[in-house]
Amino acid sequence: MTDPLHLLTFWQNEAVRTALWIGAVAALLNAVVGVFTVLRHHGFAGHALGDSSSAGGSLSIFLGIGSLWGFLGMAWIAALVMGWLGLGRAQSRDLSTGVVLGATLGVSALFLYFDVTVTQYSGATVDVMFGSLFAVAPKLLLPIFLTVFLAIALVLIFYRQLLLIAADPQLAQASGVPVRRLELLYLLLLGTAAALSALSIGVILATALLLGPAAAALRLARRPWQCFLYAFLIALGSVWLGIYLAFASYYYNQGTSWPVSFFVVVLLLLAYLTSLYWRPRPVRSS
Amino acid sequence: MPPVPPPSLPILQVAGVSVRIEAKAILTDIHFAVASGQVCALIGENGAGKTTLLRSILGVQSLQSGTIQILGQPATRQLHRLGYVPQKISFDPDLPLRTRDLVDLGIPRPFWRWRPPDPHAVAEAIHAVDGEGFANQRVGRLSGGQQQRAVIAHALARKPKLLLLDEPLANLDFASANHLVQLLGRLAKEQGISIVVTAHDMNPLLPILDQLVYLVGGRAATGSVAEVVRTEVLTKLYGYPVEVLQHHGRLLVLPENPRQGLEIPCYAHDHD
Repeated sequence: MTDPLHLLTFWQNEAVRTALWIGAVAALLNAVVGVFTVLRHHGFAGHALGDSSSAGGSLSIFLGIGSLWGFLGMAWIAALVMGWLGLGRAQSRDLSTGVVLGATLGVSALFLYFDVTVTQYSGATVDVMFGSLFAVAPKLLLPIFLTVFLAIALVLIFYRQLLLIAADPQLAQASGVPVRRLELLYLLLLGTAAALSALSIGVILATALLLGPAAAALRLARRPWQCFLYAFLIALGSVWLGIYLAFASYYYNQGTSWPVSFFVVVLLLLAYLTSLYWRPRPVRSS
Repeated sequence: MPPVPPPSLPILQVAGVSVRIEAKAILTDIHFAVASGQVCALIGENGAGKTTLLRSILGVQSLQSGTIQILGQPATRQLHRLGYVPQKISFDPDLPLRTRDLVDLGIPRPFWRWRPPDPHAVAEAIHAVDGEGFANQRVGRLSGGQQQRAVIAHALARKPKLLLLDEPLANLDFASANHLVQLLGRLAKEQGISIVVTAHDMNPLLPILDQLVYLVGGRAATGSVAEVVRTEVLTKLYGYPVEVLQHHGRLLVLPENPRQGLEIPCYAHDHD
């Protein structure tokens, strides 16, 4: 046997290559946006936006249009509605998030019902809820790349302002930072990250990719930029290793492979647990 | 040292300011001006209008009437000359910012400038608050008093002309409060920064105060301590008789009728 770990077939498979690329950019955006999300305690909002995008995903299957635009479009609409309802105080934030979450999941349920009964596509529910990384069309690579590139560029441009808002919105406002407008921008970025994550590892598991790497990185990092780098490395490692394990599981399971999302989420959990036991170096006092 | 503006132009000018919130008069016809290097205290009970007045100076509270100018312009156009230290400061322990990172974020600049235009600005601001000891520690892990000094350094980093502090003494023990008062006095005298600070109790601030805005129910008596804290001035402001007592350099404002004292601030420190 010349290829005991099936690495050769792994690299030669086109669906795998597409999955690796999409996983990488989804990991990048989720890691970067996730750091702000964890710092600002917006985890519930991130989860809700991922769930909301499922309404768009199931709608696009019903209409037969590209699922990418369904996921993204619905996440953006939900982000704008949440921004409009207000994310200021923690209490009203949870309320407006919950209202949007409930409404979009209801719509999602309706479209999934149509998908299964009208268009006779019985795989719709599993695809939307648990992701379909191996089934993403290669022609979606370019629009996904451009979306992520634009999102990362926006984060870099407003990096200092976003960091100051995460530290304390009052300080940001006193420095002349347009807090409300950047709040909306951040929600749109969060929606984009959640939608890409939902598309790749599934709506239900999207939150793990958003919060897991960022939470682990924040425990390890000593400098602001380090947490973005660490979060990206953890997210990328989990997604790529998860894709490989899902691919390899095909050979150990008599021709059926376990879902990618399962492996990714387990690896993310392991990374986070490891970070909890990581003893940070004692901080020098001067 | 930044150039001192002409003495004719006050750093802060508050003229005829009235604020109503939901038909309730919060501030009525407030007048005062703060010159370069002066320390001004806004003194009053909870609900007297201190925070509203501070928010008005910051430009986040809309006015019913009157004007507020910083160096002759509205506050919103002078934010870069203004430092603000909020009352409630509590950073997340996981916030990946060291004190020097937080101070650096206080210097607004375009995104392509990774480092501040003045490479010494951060170190100078940290030095000004005596913060070298915790410059490399995460702000979320500092004590309350240290977090407050870190935020003051953050506000100083952009070299403001005017520093606003909301109840900076509220959560400090006596020694830290004294330390902070000395720090504020130094900033005013040595760097010529004008300072506006709100407080319940004027006594800890007396050594450095140039001016007092004494607020009662949204109305103010303004002037030097000797001009304002007098029986006849405060009796008029409160609308009922009060007595001013002086004891070892501390001032007590007492009602003539003790039953009304419940509504009058009457603070005294047990220490000294």
